[in-house]
Amino acid sequence: MDNTVFELTKLNFWYGPSQALYDVDVTIRRNQNTALIGPSGCGKSTLLRCLNRMNDLIERTRVQGSIMLHGQDVYAPEVDVIELRKRVGMVFQKSNPFPKSIADNIAYGLRIQGVTAKGELSDRIEASLRKAALWDEVKDRLQESAMALSGGQQQRLCIARAIAVEPEVLLMDEPCSALDPVATAKIEELIQDLKKEYTIVIVTHNMQQAARVSDYTAFFYLGKLVEFDATTKIFTNPANKQTEDYVTGRFG
Amino acid sequence: MSLAVCLEMQLKAKQLDWRSASFHGATALATLLIVGIIALILGNIIWNGAAQVSLRFVVGGTTEGMFDTQKAGIFPMIFGTVALVFLMTIAVVPVGVITAIYLTEYARHESPITRVIRGAINNLAGVPSIVFGLFGLGFFVQFVGGGIDRFFYGGALHYAKPALIWAAATMAVLTLPVVIVATEEALRAVPNGFREGSLALGATKLETIRKVVLPQAMPGILTGAILAVGRGAGEVAPIMFTGAAYYLAHLPKAATDQFMHLGYHVFVLSTQSPDIERTKPILYGTVLVLLVLTFLLNLTAVLVRAGIRAKLRTAHG
Repeated sequence: MDNTVFELTKLNFWYGPSQALYDVDVTIRRNQNTALIGPSGCGKSTLLRCLNRMNDLIERTRVQGSIMLHGQDVYAPEVDVIELRKRVGMVFQKSNPFPKSIADNIAYGLRIQGVTAKGELSDRIEASLRKAALWDEVKDRLQESAMALSGGQQQRLCIARAIAVEPEVLLMDEPCSALDPVATAKIEELIQDLKKEYTIVIVTHNMQQAARVSDYTAFFYLGKLVEFDATTKIFTNPANKQTEDYVTGRFG
Repeated sequence: MSLAVCLEMQLKAKQLDWRSASFHGATALATLLIVGIIALILGNIIWNGAAQVSLRFVVGGTTEGMFDTQKAGIFPMIFGTVALVFLMTIAVVPVGVITAIYLTEYARHESPITRVIRGAINNLAGVPSIVFGLFGLGFFVQFVGGGIDRFFYGGALHYAKPALIWAAATMAVLTLPVVIVATEEALRAVPNGFREGSLALGATKLETIRKVVLPQAMPGILTGAILAVGRGAGEVAPIMFTGAAYYLAHLPKAATDQFMHLGYHVFVLSTQSPDIERTKPILYGTVLVLLVLTFLLNLTAVLVRAGIRAKLRTAHG
C-alpha cells in the first residue's frame, strides 16, 4: 500500500443552489503537511470540512464525487461519522476551548471515547499538552479555566484537545489567523513537529505560512483546483500563471 | 457665513434642543407613571392588608371560620399554591426544554413544519387563560382522567375529577410557551464553535447537547422557569374548573385531591363572601401573602440562577 491517506476524485460541492467546488482531485499523503491556499471564497475551507464531514451540519448541502480515506469512501452510507471524526481531528480558525478547566477540555474527548480511569486520564492529558508544547505553561494550573489562557495558548490547547483522542489526520482551518506573530511562530513550529506523528491538512491565508510549514500545496481559485504540487515547486516554479500571480502577491 | 444663516442655525439648534429635552421628559414621565401605579397598588395592599397578616393568619386553617377576620387562616391556600407551582414546574420545564432543543438543535430551521410549530407556540401564548381552564377540564379531567378510570378502575371515579395534578398540568400547558421561548433563546446564544469543537472530537449530537450546550444555556433556561413560576403562581382561571376548591376542611393528601389556592381564595372572598365589607381585611391579607409568596418563589429561582452563573463565570475565567 502506498502512503496515500485521502484520495479525492472529482469532488463537487454545493451550498443549496450555488456550487463551491468543481471536480477537485487531491491526494493527501501520510506524515506530510498539505496546505490549501487561495483567495477568500475559493472553496479551501469547504474542502477541508468535507474531509471530516463537518459540512453535514450545514443545511441543504450536497456532495458529488468521492473522498477515499484508505480506500473507504467517507460519504458512503454505512460510514459512522462519529468514528470518522475520531480518526480525523480538527482545529478551528477561532479557538474554541470549552468553558471548562484546562484539564477537562482535554479529558472531554477522552471521556467520550470511554477513558474514565483517573490515572490514564491524567497521563494522557499531560502527554497531549506536552505534544502541543503547552505543558510547561499550564502544568501548575490545570484546574483553572481554559478561557483565562491567551489566544495562542487557547489555540494550542485546542490542538492538544484534538490530538488527545489520537487521530490519524489533523485538519487545521486557518489556525493562526487570529493570533499575533509570536503565537503564530509557536504554532507553526508545533505543526512541523506534529508531522512526525500525524498527517496534517492546513488551510491558510498566509502564503509564507504555507511555504514554511507544508510539503504539498494546493492552490484553489473560484472553487477549482488550479495547481497541486510540492510546496517548493508551487512557490519557486509554478506551472500555472494564476498560481504564480497569487503566490507572488500580484492578486488575491 | 452671513448673519442671517447663523441666526437661523442657532434657532434650529434651539428647536432641536427643546424637542430632545421634551422627549426626554416624556420618557421619564412615562416611567414615573408606571412606577407610581405599582407603588399605588403595593401601598394599597400593604396599607390594608398588613394588619390582617399575623402568624395565626398564615399558619391557621379554615375550619374555625373562613370569613371571620379573627379566626380565618390561609395556610391551606398557601400550601395549595406552592404545591401547584411545584408540580407545574416539574411538568413544564422538561417538556419545554426538550421542545426547545428539538427546535434549535434538530429541526431544519427553514422548513415549513418548523415554522408551523413556532407559530403554534406563539399562538398558545396568546390564548386567554380561561380557555386553558376549559381545555384542562375537557382534556385532562374528562379525557385523560376518564380514560385512566375506565382502563384501570373499571369506571370507578378516581381521576376523572378536578384535582391538583390536573390543575398543575393545565397550568403547565399555559406556561409552556414561556419556557420554550426562553430556552430557545438561551440555546441560540451558545456559540456554534462549542458545538463544532465537540462534534469534531467525535462526540455525538446528544453528548454535545448534554455536556456542552445545555450547561451553557442553563441560566437562560432558569430565566424561563422563573417567568413560568411567576405566571403560574398568579393565574386563577385555568384552575377554577380543574382542581381549585372553594372550601376544604383538610389539606390535599394526594395529587388527585382538590386544593385551595390563594388566587382563587381572593376570587371567592370578593364574590362569594357573606359580607364583603367585613371580610375585606382577609381579602387584602390574602393578596399580600400571595404577592410575598410569588416574590419568594421568584427569589429562590433567581438565587439558583445566580449560583449557576457564578459557577459558569469561574469556568469562563
